[in-house]
Amino acid sequence: MNFLEYAPAPESTAILNLRKSYGLFIGGEFVQGHGTPFQTISPATEASIAEISNATAVDVDLAVASARRAYDTVWSRLSGADRGKYLFRIARLVQERARELAVAESLDNCKTIKESRDVDVPLVAAWFFYYAGWADKLDHVGIGPNPRALGVAAQVIPWNFPLLMLAWKIAPALAAGNTVVLKPAETTPLTALIFAEILQQADLPVGVVNIITGAGDTGAALVNHPDVNKVAFTGSTAVGRAIAKSTAGTGKKLTLELGGKAANIVFDDAPIDQAIEGIVNGIFFNQGQVCCAGSRLLVQENVHDQVVERLKERLSTLRVGNPLDKNTDVGAINSRVQLDRIRQLSAIGEEEGAVRWSPECTLPDKGFWFAPTIFTNVSTSHRIARDEIFGPVLSVLTFRTPAEAIAKANNTPYGLSAGIWSDKGSKILAVADKLRAGVVWANTFNQFDPASPFGGYKESGYGREGGKQGLTAYLQSGSAAVQPVTGQRIKKSITKGVK
Amino acid sequence: MSRLSVPKTYKLYIGGKFPRSESGRVYDVKTAQGGFLANAAKASRKDARDAVVAARAASSGWAGATGYNRGQVLYRIAELLEGRRAQFVEEIASTEGRSRAAAEQQVDAAIDVWVWYAGWADKYVQVAGNANPVSGPYFNISTPEATGVVAIIAPQESSLLGLVSVVAPALVSGNTVVVVASERFPLSAISLSEVLATSDVPGGVVNVLTGSAAEIAPWLASHADINALDLAGAGDTEWVDLQIAAADTLKRVLQPEVGVPAPSIDRITFFTETKTVWHTKALT
Repeated sequence: MNFLEYAPAPESTAILNLRKSYGLFIGGEFVQGHGTPFQTISPATEASIAEISNATAVDVDLAVASARRAYDTVWSRLSGADRGKYLFRIARLVQERARELAVAESLDNCKTIKESRDVDVPLVAAWFFYYAGWADKLDHVGIGPNPRALGVAAQVIPWNFPLLMLAWKIAPALAAGNTVVLKPAETTPLTALIFAEILQQADLPVGVVNIITGAGDTGAALVNHPDVNKVAFTGSTAVGRAIAKSTAGTGKKLTLELGGKAANIVFDDAPIDQAIEGIVNGIFFNQGQVCCAGSRLLVQENVHDQVVERLKERLSTLRVGNPLDKNTDVGAINSRVQLDRIRQLSAIGEEEGAVRWSPECTLPDKGFWFAPTIFTNVSTSHRIARDEIFGPVLSVLTFRTPAEAIAKANNTPYGLSAGIWSDKGSKILAVADKLRAGVVWANTFNQFDPASPFGGYKESGYGREGGKQGLTAYLQSGSAAVQPVTGQRIKKSITKGVK
Repeated sequence: MSRLSVPKTYKLYIGGKFPRSESGRVYDVKTAQGGFLANAAKASRKDARDAVVAARAASSGWAGATGYNRGQVLYRIAELLEGRRAQFVEEIASTEGRSRAAAEQQVDAAIDVWVWYAGWADKYVQVAGNANPVSGPYFNISTPEATGVVAIIAPQESSLLGLVSVVAPALVSGNTVVVVASERFPLSAISLSEVLATSDVPGGVVNVLTGSAAEIAPWLASHADINALDLAGAGDTEWVDLQIAAADTLKRVLQPEVGVPAPSIDRITFFTETKTVWHTKALT
């Protein structure tokens, strides 16, 4: 037995109280969808967890109508303080049922229990708690007095942080006074449906939040529904583009949080121990299925060998396996489709001449698994240095000067996040200034907080989630009043509007 | 015998220079009464692309200047505009068919709008940015910064005030601009270019195209090196198609407005990106 072998310590699934099948959550109740139901499976074992309803265009209509009714008759008439109280209730209920949610998430998504328990679910509660307090303080958001809600928000979220993305979407939408129709990803609907039960426990007015399950066509029907005022999407850049096109000219307010290919820059004066941990966290957190993952490691040439050697040592101590085991560091890939993509891009990496390395590790027979992988000898033109892999695959590139690091970091159509490792503060701030990325982590990586805006530059999307910026994505200014200019020399003949 | 006047050749403004359209095309600019006034250059796709190259080249310098510096440069433009007030009044009165008083009012308003925006250059970050109280030992701050290159279709009416009301706010944060001037009334835009060329604005920061918005805008909307698109004056074009084309590169798009956009900090912040920087805090 080597030092990596631990006695199994699986988190019990006895805490779960799952139904055999779940309907759509519309108008405060679970109702059967009109499409053919599908199974949600556990990617670690490919075993079925529950049957999930499939929403068709008819169901989307019903859900949007329910949200509209709730907006017109209840939610838009409620005071901000009362909206806030409902959100505080939800935050508390999430905390109370935290373990259950964490187990369900690790079962359905197959992220490690360590992560769902210590990162995802606590952040979900924090997100609701943070935005709850905003609901009666909208005058202070910074878009003038009496900002108004937009109406019905259509929200489509990905499978990598199922419940956390739900919180990122629903909490600010409700705080701002909107009602919601949300579609979780088809591979990870479970925690959203348990969350629907929490909404029932919170006694949230019916129709304020509707949750419909289904695949891409359900999402398309939702974002293209004519009675939707706001669209928020997190997912691939390809789908984001399609949504930007289909909503063009409709006047729907749109925020997109899309792909990334983050540079994680390690200077030769970096605190090496922290940097190694940060690099590992940056790309292997959530099996690298993170839009802001530090997937391009830019190492200053003179420390390249040292950093790579240390990384390999550290990777050799990562435990890959049962996501529900408390000792597991790396869980399963979320789906066969995603696993195929990771395998394909990794194969291309080898074909293009990069050197592939993975620690020795035994992967389970069943389920979707991919060993942590490092590519060295990567050049900027390689596909693995350009394409978002969305898996536990790190591409290592080198640079000599800060200017070269900046140029290489920015050499991507994406611009979501970046990392900088150095002990020299002035260098960090100067580099951070030059990086074209929405989130820059210095001597840390993959930190998230409801108070901290998150979102990308360029083709990583637009709009921010988190902070007061995240709230303005769900608000419009309270009056058409224009800002006064000196004297009366400006004609106030401006009418805002869309043709 | 009265003196024979010396008419001006109106050209494009790209990269700090005044080229003719590479296409060799011009179109008539007429007086309000329909008489011939000037030949304006009719910009082509190639001119638009040249303008984008110039704007991109000027981007890092302009965005990298301090807010105080940009503010002074922008204020300097207002000073020069004031000095050439009579010329702008004359051009607006003759082309737009407005009374002298109305033309004067438009020029004055344009100067004041410019001054208003100039003052924002070293302040908007304080208003739109913030420190974030995150739950952990981290320094965390969000600041807006320029989006990059902004393509603008200027309002078709009020040729000077309209132009200033869309160009100035984009410049405040450090964006560089490619603007398509009012098609019927392009003279103010070219005269403003002469002001820009003799002020302290680096070449390429503002690039002015005259010609058909309907013809040029699709090339700008689909251009991969443009970050944002302001359709303020594109209401009479097939602007939804422009927004769809812009989606391919996920440009930030402002939809058309009726009339001249009002001065607003929203016009500044729309063309910015919020960058959030985290740093660990530790005693060792």
